[in-house]
Amino acid sequence: MLVMRHELLLVIITVILLLVEIFLPKDQKHKIILPAILLFTIVTILGFLPGITGELFGGMYVSTALTMTMKNILNIGTLIVFIQSVSWLKKEENKEKISEFYLLLLSTLIGMDYMISSGDFMMFYLGLELATIPIATLAAFERYREKSAEAGVKLIFTSALSSGILLYGISMIYGTTGSVYFTDVKAAFEATPLQILAFIFFFAGMAFKIAIVPFHLWIADVYEGAPINVTSYLSVISKGAAVFILMIILYTVFAKIAIIWRDVLYVTSIITMTVGNLFAIRQRNIKRFLAFSSIAQAGFILLGLIGQSQLGMTTVIYFVLIYIFSNLAAFGVAGIIANVTGKETIDDYDGFYRTNPLLSLTMMLALFSLAGIPPVAGFFGKFFLFAAAAQKGFYILVFIAVLNTIISLYYYLLVIKAMFLNTSDQPIGYFRSDNYTRIGLLLCVAGILVIGFASPVYEFILNLSYGLY
Amino acid sequence: MVQNLNYIPIHDYLIFCSALFCIGVTGVLIKRNALVILMSIELMVNSINLLLAAFSAYTNDPAGQIFVFFIMVVAAAEVAVGLAIIVVIFRTTHSIDIDVLNKLKW
Repeated sequence: MLVMRHELLLVIITVILLLVEIFLPKDQKHKIILPAILLFTIVTILGFLPGITGELFGGMYVSTALTMTMKNILNIGTLIVFIQSVSWLKKEENKEKISEFYLLLLSTLIGMDYMISSGDFMMFYLGLELATIPIATLAAFERYREKSAEAGVKLIFTSALSSGILLYGISMIYGTTGSVYFTDVKAAFEATPLQILAFIFFFAGMAFKIAIVPFHLWIADVYEGAPINVTSYLSVISKGAAVFILMIILYTVFAKIAIIWRDVLYVTSIITMTVGNLFAIRQRNIKRFLAFSSIAQAGFILLGLIGQSQLGMTTVIYFVLIYIFSNLAAFGVAGIIANVTGKETIDDYDGFYRTNPLLSLTMMLALFSLAGIPPVAGFFGKFFLFAAAAQKGFYILVFIAVLNTIISLYYYLLVIKAMFLNTSDQPIGYFRSDNYTRIGLLLCVAGILVIGFASPVYEFILNLSYGLY
Repeated sequence: MVQNLNYIPIHDYLIFCSALFCIGVTGVLIKRNALVILMSIELMVNSINLLLAAFSAYTNDPAGQIFVFFIMVVAAAEVAVGLAIIVVIFRTTHSIDIDVLNKLKW
């Protein structure tokens, strides 16, 4: 099999879907849904075949067993987003734009794959932009709705500003080391003050993309304004890809200044967890609620990065995998409720268990997994993260993280309380969700439970990780 | 070309580009007009381009100059998408002042 297999397959199906889109008459656009999902399922399965590792284009593109696993994780998440978004795409106002959704989403995924596999800063930057710009158009997808257009403009402005800051850092790294290749930069890195400044700029740019406090202010607005299926993609796949590449760059390129970025991560991790959790408590809109919860989760991910060992690397990838399943399940339930009834606040969920027990149970599992309650997968994700940090002696940090987990338990349980205990005069009525939504939610629930009970997944990732070298 | 550049010390380029970059960032932060914000972002990106080109000339390494071309292309794409979304907002609100973007708060 080819070295660049994941990207090539994605490009091929993007071109096929583009051709299908051209020849479909205007009122038949919904016929692209099934082929798009089937083609992407095939791509996801082909991604799991054993592949060749190696470098292409003089080291610009690097493929290792670890990057292939990361791409497979992103593929699985995107597949679930594809399946979950069908009921939203079939609505009357979106009928003409169905294929655009798939094409834009696939092009961002191509960008993320190239970004993860990048071996130099140019490839990294191009992948990052390819992964960001189409998302802004997706956020403004329901452009007749003012909130959606506003989310789009906020996303494109913040991402343009953050990539400017990131580029400024990259340009100074290039100036002081004389190369843009990761291996050469790593060899020439001397931790001069200018290089440390460059690293700070670089980290600030990445912090915008991952939404680490204090660079998080755009995220709640964009999450609330964008269509809910785009929000779920933005919150798991975009964030996951950015975390992966940040981890690779920190562990390889900036390995020599580990002592400096450890302090940066230490402080930002504490602030991110605490601010995310405290702001999540006061949210009434479910999308904003999940936005702040995802900020808090980013803080936990930083906790794993700080471990800078093989265990730390494994736990971050493992945690992102679990986070994808749990968050997509929560967004899937919130999305189907918003699509059917148009209700988006937590107060509307009062008495939801009485009318729709299965959806309530799915939501409960997802929120338990996000909070980290055993036996669902989220518990093991959090446990290994704490273990990775404690192994390196960050006991105070782990203690603060445990305190934050307790706070997060409070607000996750508020939603569960609204669904199961609160009564309402006008609860959301019973509705049957369509088959696509069911398959999507079933995949998420299966993921949450299987990863929680089966350790081979964790051991597989552990064998691939290399930690700081 | 490189010899001409060498009459100017690299520090001057660094200071000049940093000043341009700071003007760009300030513009993004304080201006209320969406078009002026896009222009400020463009200024930021161009200061980075100049810096990359200067570094590239001083280290005799072409990679920086190639990077500049790609940055230009990406910046153009970014501005195109930004302008398209601003047009959408202008159709509904008849304003390009970003203070009208207040539907989403806290």
